[in-house]
Amino acid sequence: MKYKSVFDIIGPVMVGPSSSHTAGAARIGRVARSIFGRQPEKAEITFYGSFAKTYKGHGTDVATVAGILDFDTSDLRLKDSITIAKDLGIDVSLTTAEELTEHPNTSRIRLSDEKGSTEVVGISIGGGKMEITEVDGYSLKVTGSAPTLMVLHDDRFGMIAGVSNVLTKYQINIGHMEVSRKERGKHALMVIELDSTIEDKVLHEIEQMPHIVSVSLLVPNP
Amino acid sequence: MFRNVAELVELAESQGKKISQVMIEAEMNATNRSREEIMNEMYRNLDVMEKAVERGLTEDIRSHSGLTGGDAKKLQTYMKEREPLSGMTLLNAVSMSVAVNEVNAAMGTIVATPTAGACGIVPGTLFAMSKKLNPTREEMVNFLFTAGAMGFCIANNAFISGAAGGCQAEVGSATAMAAAAIVEMAGGTPEESAQAVAIALKNMLGLVCDPIAGLVEVPCVKRNAMGAAIATTAADMALAGIKSIVPTDEVILAMYRIGCDMPTTLKETAMGGLAATPTGRAIEAKIFGVPMEKK
Repeated sequence: MKYKSVFDIIGPVMVGPSSSHTAGAARIGRVARSIFGRQPEKAEITFYGSFAKTYKGHGTDVATVAGILDFDTSDLRLKDSITIAKDLGIDVSLTTAEELTEHPNTSRIRLSDEKGSTEVVGISIGGGKMEITEVDGYSLKVTGSAPTLMVLHDDRFGMIAGVSNVLTKYQINIGHMEVSRKERGKHALMVIELDSTIEDKVLHEIEQMPHIVSVSLLVPNP
Repeated sequence: MFRNVAELVELAESQGKKISQVMIEAEMNATNRSREEIMNEMYRNLDVMEKAVERGLTEDIRSHSGLTGGDAKKLQTYMKEREPLSGMTLLNAVSMSVAVNEVNAAMGTIVATPTAGACGIVPGTLFAMSKKLNPTREEMVNFLFTAGAMGFCIANNAFISGAAGGCQAEVGSATAMAAAAIVEMAGGTPEESAQAVAIALKNMLGLVCDPIAGLVEVPCVKRNAMGAAIATTAADMALAGIKSIVPTDEVILAMYRIGCDMPTTLKETAMGGLAATPTGRAIEAKIFGVPMEKK
């Protein structure tokens, strides 16, 4: 079942006019920000399909930037997000692509600063719900509705067992999990949706394991 | 968790509960949250809806494009000046539904029910029925859980967005959800709520999503108006004991199949229907005539 909660149907509280083109777009931006983990210096946004054709009338552009600023879908500052981003010194650029994508409402967001960059692709599937389908070139599915652990690691045996052992120790249940890699034997990305949130020490313990490149936790927005 | 309307009605009737209560308990189980937390979140949604209705009926709302705004106020003025032909409750539902959708088009704050494009119908009928039936605040929140339960069944067995299944999926779903909730608030049974869903949704089958310039304005606002009217009428029919020959879940399945057969030109692409009329094209050219600026 695609929809799991009554609040997927009666909700979200949002600034209009479109749940897919405004609220869903804002949520993709906010998850991108959350995966990047800090305020970026530069945000490069690309819209595809219906997003590319109708973004202006729906405020998809301001909504996406609002998400990148970590605003909620109901935040009244959403309308002025591009000006606010400028005031914060964030360099925002927007392009539209003709390229056909699997889903009509797709955006690609690249956030960067001196320390690094993250590129996220998200789709807005209706009623304000969204899914992240790609992070830094890794195909995956993140809905942002549960605490999500993202572990980048060397592509070798025993990594899944190692991470799940740590979760077992702290009695944390896994709701959904997937692994993705670009090519065999290099790096792989493990995405684990958890039934409960986890403390920093658990994250730290996973980080300390051999062959782990980086660990991040995505916490659902209220 | 129930998977379709038949299971939902069976759960409610076997336990002697209302649909809203079944939904609240299912939500508690699915999300591991307390009743209080779930109720409070819905109370917050109710507050947002109430403000949107109030704004749409009293303020001068105008969308950025200038295409919509002010019709809810017009209806309210009309209702004060003369006895409406259809009836006060019906026109209250229609005008409040228009009010919320106009606020949405003007980038105001609303609750997606189930989407922003159809966000007028559920609150519009709720606040109109509240004028007539004087429910408690809790009963008003229950209205939203019942609407949500039906929307949940439709969303998981068909679709709720115009881009996926046409307007029948969007305004159609909202209309069916509202019809079921009105029945419960008026003292009807879970089975009567299910009948109201079938009767309402049948009358939305085949409705295409053809917004001018792709904006959630024309014809969306007026379709929200008629959604409220159909929901109210369908609720009255179900309460009168009228039954749909085709069971509710089969009507939902029919909606799904029609949506799959619908060409993409009629699914929120602004390529067909009203969007492709000379007037629709002229408005589109006026709004997007200049090349899209690169920000």
